[in-house]
Amino acid sequence: MKIYVCVKQVPDTTGKVAVNENGTLNRASMATITNPDDLNAVEAALALKDQVEDAKVIVVSMGPPQASSMLKELLAMGADEAVLISGREFGGSDTFATSQIIAAGISHLGLTDEDLIFCGRQAIDGDTAQVGPQIAEKLNLPQITYAADIQKDGKTVTVKRALEDGYMTIQVPMPCLITCIKELNEPRYMSVQGILGYDQKPITVLDYEALKDEPLIEPDTIGLKGSPTNIFKSFTPPVKGAGRMLAGTEKEMAEELAACLAKKHVI
Amino acid sequence: MAEYNSAAIEEFKDIWVFCEQRGGKLMNTDFELISEGRKLADERGSKLVGLLLGSGMEETAKELGGYGADKVIFCDDPALAVYNNEAYTKVICDVVMEKKPEVLLIGASNIGRDLGPRCAARLHTGLTADCTHLDIDMDKYVQFLSEASTIDLSTQKFDMEDTNLKMTRPAFGGHLMATIICPRFRPCMSTVRPGVMKKNVFDEAKAAACEIEVIKPGLDEAALKEKVLEVVKEAKELVDLIGADVIVSVGNGIRKDPEKGIALAKELADAFGGGVVGSSRALVDAGILSPDHQVGQTGKTVHPKVYVALGISGAIQHKAGMQDSELIIAVNKSEIAPIFEIADYGIQGDLFKVVPLMIDAVKAAKAAK
Ligand SMILES: Cc1cc2nc3c(=O)[nH]c(=O)nc-3n(C[C@H](O)[C@H](O)[C@H](O)COP(=O)(O)OP(=O)(O)OC[C@H]3O[C@@H](n4cnc5c(N)ncnc54)[C@H](O)[C@@H]3O)c2cc1C
Ligand SMILES: Cc1cc2nc3c(=O)[nH]c(=O)nc-3n(C[C@H](O)[C@H](O)[C@H](O)COP(=O)(O)OP(=O)(O)OC[C@H]3O[C@@H](n4cnc5c(N)ncnc54)[C@H](O)[C@@H]3O)c2cc1C
Repeated sequence: MKIYVCVKQVPDTTGKVAVNENGTLNRASMATITNPDDLNAVEAALALKDQVEDAKVIVVSMGPPQASSMLKELLAMGADEAVLISGREFGGSDTFATSQIIAAGISHLGLTDEDLIFCGRQAIDGDTAQVGPQIAEKLNLPQITYAADIQKDGKTVTVKRALEDGYMTIQVPMPCLITCIKELNEPRYMSVQGILGYDQKPITVLDYEALKDEPLIEPDTIGLKGSPTNIFKSFTPPVKGAGRMLAGTEKEMAEELAACLAKKHVI
Repeated sequence: MAEYNSAAIEEFKDIWVFCEQRGGKLMNTDFELISEGRKLADERGSKLVGLLLGSGMEETAKELGGYGADKVIFCDDPALAVYNNEAYTKVICDVVMEKKPEVLLIGASNIGRDLGPRCAARLHTGLTADCTHLDIDMDKYVQFLSEASTIDLSTQKFDMEDTNLKMTRPAFGGHLMATIICPRFRPCMSTVRPGVMKKNVFDEAKAAACEIEVIKPGLDEAALKEKVLEVVKEAKELVDLIGADVIVSVGNGIRKDPEKGIALAKELADAFGGGVVGSSRALVDAGILSPDHQVGQTGKTVHPKVYVALGISGAIQHKAGMQDSELIIAVNKSEIAPIFEIADYGIQGDLFKVVPLMIDAVKAAKAAK
C-alpha cells in the first residue's frame, strides 16, 4: 500500500507578515515552514502505516528546490520516500494547474486500488483549500474533505467529515483522496532514529522532462499560461492595526462601534 | 450531453448562484449570495438564476425569488436530499454544460469549498476562493479600490469596458488582498465568504412570481461510489478557538465578578452571530477558566475575523497569539493599556458597564439591516 501525502512549504504567516510596497509578499524576509494542516496529513499517513503491513508513506511536494529542506524533515518524521516536483514550466500555477501537475506526478508514480492520497485542508499562504479536491477530480477519485477521523477497513475508507454545525460520516472505496484538518490528530516530532536515518532515504525530483508524456501535462494546462485565474491586482488594506479610540459616553461609544462594524459587514 | 467548450466565452450568459440546503432548509448564505448576484446581474444586464439541488423543495425554492432571483433551476432527486460530492458535482456540471452561465457563485461553507473546486476542475475553468467583494462594473471596482486599498489610483490605467467578474479576497491571513479574474474560461466561478454580502429585503410579490424550472436528473443512487452513512448536527463545543470566526476573550479585568464577566463575553459572542470565549493566561492560572481557553504564546494562536479583548492588558505574550486577527476590539479601564496599540477599535471604560451597551448596540444594528 502506498500513502501519498501532498505537502507544501509555506511562509510562516503566524508571525509578522512582510508585504512589499507593490502589494506582493516579501517571502525572502520570512521563515518557511511545512504547511500546518499538511503535518496532520503526514501524521494520519504515519498512523495508518503503523497499523497496516507493507505500507509506504510518500511525501510529494511541488515547489522550488528549497522545498527539499522540508522534505528532509518529513523523512526524519517517518516518511519513507519524498518526491519533489520542480521546474520552471510549473511556476505561476493557480490551483487548477497546480493540481493538474501534482495529479500527473502521482499518476507517474503509480496509483492502485490499495493506495490513498492525503492532503492538508488548506495552505496558509494561498488559503484556497482547492488543490485537494482538484487533484481528486483530475485523477477521477472520490474525495473527502475536512477529515476529523479516518478508518480504513479493507479497501474501504470511512471518514468523519466536519461541518460547521456537526459532521457527516462518509464511506468511499479506495483509492481516494482525503484532506485533513487540525482536529484529526497531533503530529509527532522527528525521532532521533529518523534524524539519523533520513539521508538514507531517497528524494526523487520530477521535472518537466520526467512528466511531459503524462496525459495531464499539456502546455496549456500548466504554469502561468495554463492557469484559468489571473491576479488582476494585489494590494494591502489601508488601516490595518492603525487603531482608533472611540470617544463619547459609554453608550455613544458602543453605538459608534456597532455602526462601524455594520458598515464593514462584520455584523 | 450538449457540446461544451469553456473557452467559447461569448456563449455564456446569466449570473447563477448555487443555493445550499441542509435538511431541506435554505441557508442564510443563499439569501446573501442571491442579493449580491442581483447586484451583479443588474451591472451586467443579465438574468439571475438560483441553482438548487434537493428533493421535493419546489415551494421552498420560490423564497429565493424574494431576494432577487428571476428564476430557480431546481434539480429534484431523492439522491440529492443530502449533500454528496459525487452526485452534486455530476448534476451541477451537467446543467452548467448545457445552459452555460457566465458566472457561478457558491457559498464558501465547508460544503461549498468541497464542491466548488471539484466542479471548476471538471468544467475546466477558474475558481476564486472565499471572496469578500465582487464587481463587474469597472467604475464600481475603481471606487472600491479607492476605499479599500493603498493603491495610488492616479498611476493606474483601467479598461473601463472590461466585463470580467473581479473577485477580491483576503490572503495570507488578511495581510494582503488580491483581485482575481478568469478572463479565458466560463463560467467564472467564485466561493463567497458567508456573512459578508448584504442581504436584500425580502419581497413577497417577487417570491410568488419567481419562475421554477424543475429538472429530474434521475440519479442511480446505488451506482454512486460515495455513500453518506449519517449526518449529525451537534451544538458546537465551547472552546473551538482555532476554527472560530468570533472570539471574545476575558482577562483579569473580570476578577471583580468572574461569572458575570464570562456570561457577558458569551452574550456578546452570541450577538455577533456566535463565537467562543477565550482568555488571557491570568485567568487560566487563577483556575477561573480551563487551559483550552488560553490565547497567546503558550496558548493558542488564533486568527478569527473578530477578536474582542475584555479587561486584557495586552502583554506581548498575549498579543503573540491574537495580533493577526482580522479585526480587534478592546475594552479596558486604563487608557494606556498596550492592547489599544493593536486594536482597530478601542473603548476606554469599565467592561461591566460597556459590554451590556455593546450587546444592545450590536443587536440593534443587526435588526436595522
Ligand atoms: C494572493 C493569492 C491569491 C490566490 N488566489 C487564488 C484563487 O482564488 N484561485 C486559484 O485557483 N489560485 C489562487 N492563487 C494561486 C494558488 O495559491 C496557488 O495555485 C498554490 O500553488 C496552491 O493553492 P493554495 O496555496 O491555496 O493551496 P490549498 O488548495 O489551500 O492547499 C490545500 C492542500 O493541497 C496540497 N498542496 C497545495 N499546494 C501544493 C504543492 N505546491 N505541493 C504539494 N501539495 C500541495 C497540500 O496538501 C495543501 O494542504 C492565489 C495566489 C495568491 C498569491
Ligand atoms: C513565558 C510566558 C508565557 C506567557 N504566555 C501567555 C499566554 O500564552 N497568554 C497570555 O495571555 N499570557 C501569557 N503570559 C502572561 C502575560 O505576561 C500576562 O501576565 C497576562 O497576559 C496578563 O493577563 P491579563 O491581561 O488578563 O491581566 P492583567 O495584566 O492583570 O490586565 C488586566 C487588565 O484589565 C483592565 N481592567 C481591570 N478592571 C477592568 C474593568 N472593570 N473593565 C475594563 N478593564 C479592566 C486593567 O486595566 C488591565 O489592563 C505569559 C508570560 C510568560 C512569562
